Amino acid sequence: MKPHLRVIARLDIKGPNLIKGVRLEGLRVVGDPHEHALRYYEQGADELVFMDIVASLYQRNNLSDIIKRAANQVYVPITVGGGIRSLDDVSRMLHSGADKVSINTAAIARPGLIAEVARRYGSQCMVLGLEAKRVGPGLWEAYTDNGRERTGRDLVQWVREAVDQGAGEVLLTSVDQEGTRKGFDFPLVQAVCDAVQVPVTVSGGFGGADDLNAVANTGVSAVAVADALHWKRMSVTEIKAHARNAGFDVYEGAARLSRGTA
Amino acid sequence: MSGIQDDASVSRSGSGRIAVTVLDYGIGNLLSVLRALEHCGAAITLVDRAEPSAALPDRLVLPGVGAFGDGMTELKVRGFDDLVRRYADTQRPFLGICVGLQMMFDASEEMGEHAGLGLLPGRVQAVPAQGVDGRAHRIPHIGWRQLEHPASQAADAWSTSILADVRDDERMYFVHSFAAVPARDADRLANVTYDGQPICAAVAREHLLGCQFHPERSGDAGLGVLRRFLAL
Repeated sequence: MKPHLRVIARLDIKGPNLIKGVRLEGLRVVGDPHEHALRYYEQGADELVFMDIVASLYQRNNLSDIIKRAANQVYVPITVGGGIRSLDDVSRMLHSGADKVSINTAAIARPGLIAEVARRYGSQCMVLGLEAKRVGPGLWEAYTDNGRERTGRDLVQWVREAVDQGAGEVLLTSVDQEGTRKGFDFPLVQAVCDAVQVPVTVSGGFGGADDLNAVANTGVSAVAVADALHWKRMSVTEIKAHARNAGFDVYEGAARLSRGTA
Repeated sequence: MSGIQDDASVSRSGSGRIAVTVLDYGIGNLLSVLRALEHCGAAITLVDRAEPSAALPDRLVLPGVGAFGDGMTELKVRGFDDLVRRYADTQRPFLGICVGLQMMFDASEEMGEHAGLGLLPGRVQAVPAQGVDGRAHRIPHIGWRQLEHPASQAADAWSTSILADVRDDERMYFVHSFAAVPARDADRLANVTYDGQPICAAVAREHLLGCQFHPERSGDAGLGVLRRFLAL
């Protein structure tokens, strides 16, 4: 049985712009988020993830308008993250058209929020955001605020606790690898996939086909790709072809198999 | 959920739109369901409380995410359990989505024992925690899967159903930890296989229809299912 892999387009947003950095720093403007979201949907992205990358810093979330526009034309799951710190914030995102929310900073500050979101909207709605920094061999620290703030928490211990609280999915970003195109942090991916039984999405470092081979047996459920898509080094279609060659079961794509209907 | 009420509940008349009533009982992704139905030509009436004196709708959708027990509690608070049972007797089209499908059955064992609407005989049980190889797999079951014909169904059972337009190369988006186990094989319209374990993916008994997958989040193939429902 081949493991199923979803290919998720990740869009980091600052103000009105789609942006991309390296290790979550040195941000460059890529362009209009809506235009890119539609292109990835049409290429067959299995999901879209929107991250408001300065939201935690300013305690707000700019994404509502961008999500509302996307949700009018996108019929695959949409996850929104960045600055979500209360049930009201979750409600606002869902009312804008999101299906799930990714929470990191506020969950670390108050783990009970995870249980509250899972209880109110279901654990399928509650995605745990993780920002991991290597601190030693086989050791990672959980970071918050888009890789800016240390928490002093052991990442693997934290992900176990958060899943116990009711997180239904994990979005794991390696701060060390993010935007470097040097591949996923394989030991990190393996450690998190082994630590929890919920589906794990890995993000940060995808450079090419070899990186999918490297995680083929980790138990990973999805990859979230930004850099390769935004700088047009690869399309969703091409990434899926590489994933298939790496031994994954992938779906050609929700919107790609055009039926000629409106 | 007043925001949804303001944004999307305006019934459109004329222009060939098909009237659909959607039950709003406070669930999360209601907007996705509304947008997708509207995209497929529906004129939506969003109802957040049953009015016993009101006429029953022509077409009814029960969406659902979250926990079964909480969902049933919220349905009852709004009088929707009675509304759905009365509606089911009219022989008009009914569509349950995800937990909405699950609530069509007698009972669920998600977080204790909870009674369902009892429109179809059967129970809701946890998705098997292992594949057929005995190895633990990830729960919730999330992913894009192909729908399969159950052995109990005639080969052409889909041709007159909401799955009539689903092609062999198309898949649907699933996210769930529990699934219905219909007591009658005849009610099982489609299965999905998760690591070799067959799971109920769609049910149909005359006008009573349900999808375990999310047609509103399954791209063009999912929209095709909603269009078929609107054409019934």
